[in-house]
Amino acid sequence: MSATTAPAWVRARRDPSWIVKLFDWKPFLVFACLLPAVGLLTVFLTYPLGLGIWLSFTDTTIGRSGVWVGLENFEYLLEDKLWWNAVFYSVFYTGIATFGKFALGLWLALLLNNHLPFKSLLRAIILLPWIVPTVLSAIAFWWIYDPQFSIISYVAIKTGLTSENIDFINTPWHARFSLIAANIWRGIPFVAISLLAGLQTISPSLYEAALLDGSTAWQRFRYITFPMLLPILAIVMTFSIIFTFTDFQLVYAITRGGPVNSTHLLATLAFQRGIAGGQLGEGAAIAVSMIPFLVAATLFSYFALARRKWQQGEGND
Amino acid sequence: MTEESQSNSATAQPEAMTWDSKQRRVVMLYVPLACFVLILLFPFYWMTVTAFKPNAELYDYNTYNPFWIGSPTLDHLKHLLFGTSYPRWLMTTMGVAVASTFISLLASTLAAYAIQRLRFKGSQYVGLGIYLAYLVPPSILFIPLATIVYQLGLFDTPFALILTFPTFLIPFCTWLLIGYFKSIPYELEECALIDGATRLQILRRITLPLAVPGLISAGIFSFTLSWNEFIYSLAFIQSSEKKTVPVAILTELVTGDVYQWGALMAGSLLGSLPVAVFYSFFVDYYVSSLTGAVKE
Repeated sequence: MSATTAPAWVRARRDPSWIVKLFDWKPFLVFACLLPAVGLLTVFLTYPLGLGIWLSFTDTTIGRSGVWVGLENFEYLLEDKLWWNAVFYSVFYTGIATFGKFALGLWLALLLNNHLPFKSLLRAIILLPWIVPTVLSAIAFWWIYDPQFSIISYVAIKTGLTSENIDFINTPWHARFSLIAANIWRGIPFVAISLLAGLQTISPSLYEAALLDGSTAWQRFRYITFPMLLPILAIVMTFSIIFTFTDFQLVYAITRGGPVNSTHLLATLAFQRGIAGGQLGEGAAIAVSMIPFLVAATLFSYFALARRKWQQGEGND
Repeated sequence: MTEESQSNSATAQPEAMTWDSKQRRVVMLYVPLACFVLILLFPFYWMTVTAFKPNAELYDYNTYNPFWIGSPTLDHLKHLLFGTSYPRWLMTTMGVAVASTFISLLASTLAAYAIQRLRFKGSQYVGLGIYLAYLVPPSILFIPLATIVYQLGLFDTPFALILTFPTFLIPFCTWLLIGYFKSIPYELEECALIDGATRLQILRRITLPLAVPGLISAGIFSFTLSWNEFIYSLAFIQSSEKKTVPVAILTELVTGDVYQWGALMAGSLLGSLPVAVFYSFFVDYYVSSLTGAVKE
């Protein structure tokens, strides 16, 4: 009796086919799982990065593969006033915009960290500038900055602040600050929402202890909120600096580098020379010249701010 | 600030405090908050108002109040939908966004699973490499990528965008999903292993169903990011009817010296709408993934 049931019971376990076995073999499975991501990133990210550096040492133009010219492109850039202009404005733009974004974003995060009615709705609304395509909101800013029909000028005239239209984008310095304002407007939500998440992880007991010791509101911010927020601040700032420094869309949409090339960032200059002008080698050299700034900014913001984490004796959580 | 009101209650006189702290709360909290909301939303309001204003009102601030629409018109929208290839651009953008989101989700789910759960030798280094890939901005890559795209014969086709968008989507999604997989108890998988499930069965039957919220967040992120992408679309697409909405509005609708502000704003509004609607459905996922990814 038992002899007849046993084979039937065994038959239920079919031998898996070779393909199932192959996919259960760990080295192959790891390889198969990583292949799409690593493959795509290698072909369209790592390789272009290397190719870009190589292109910057050649005189390639569109339709003609170039020859090695050594440092010629970079030597040319060092004598190029426009490049220096772009370097200056990129640093200036990143500096002022980052400062503005973080000051206002931190303020907004502190405001949102209160008990408020409709808190989640408020949070959703505040993130809107971040969600909407940058170019499209940039076009809205372009219209807001219109020399003739600017709504800001209208309000300023009506309230008696000025007597004539404000010129937002047709003189260099005005244009520079108008672009920075638009960038800050776009960046506040991201900073505020990320910092809000950081604020919510701070334990209330720390504030209670500080209250018992008779601290003022400023002291609680300075000695509890700010240090506890530093690790997250470091990460958000690293990202913010990288993506502000390499910004392209806002400037391209609103001024295209003008008036008289005063608002070119390195990215827009690279586009103008590389794609629009066809000088791929020179454009690549401009793009590559961003890398040292990015590495420096990353190292600075990461080490200057994140170092505090272990100084406070916090573990690597 | 709750701590602040507590501090007041601890030190100040009770009767004086209630009025004082209420007033203080309005000045310190609601007024600045209202200013923030007003400034953050004003461009959208202005976009909407402009999109539905007739031209006569648009360029005459003296007889009409610019903040309000006297007689709303659909002319700009009509011009956009029937006078330009705007519907085409919308379809292209939608198709590219959906396809690149799909590719990135697939690739990053597998990669995140391999890095976080299969625990092979050197998996941290692969994770770190993918994380570093996120720090490489598209502004550095677009020139060499343009030559690669050209050599592959993809120039001026949607595939140029579908294949290049994942370069900035995969790192982010992988990063997000690694964090998400970490939160799923490993014991569940061990149980399934003991019961004789294969690794792929575990992924399909156990890990993925539990990771659905993470997948949704990654999907929304990818979709909005690829909808918003600009520099690649500008550099790799040349023919007018294959452009994506952000590029097309800027390069096709801005013609000559007289800008059609009504149509431009209508186009911007319509181009923002899909992401805004999509986002509003999943806003909680979006916020939690944004903040979760930063905390990670």
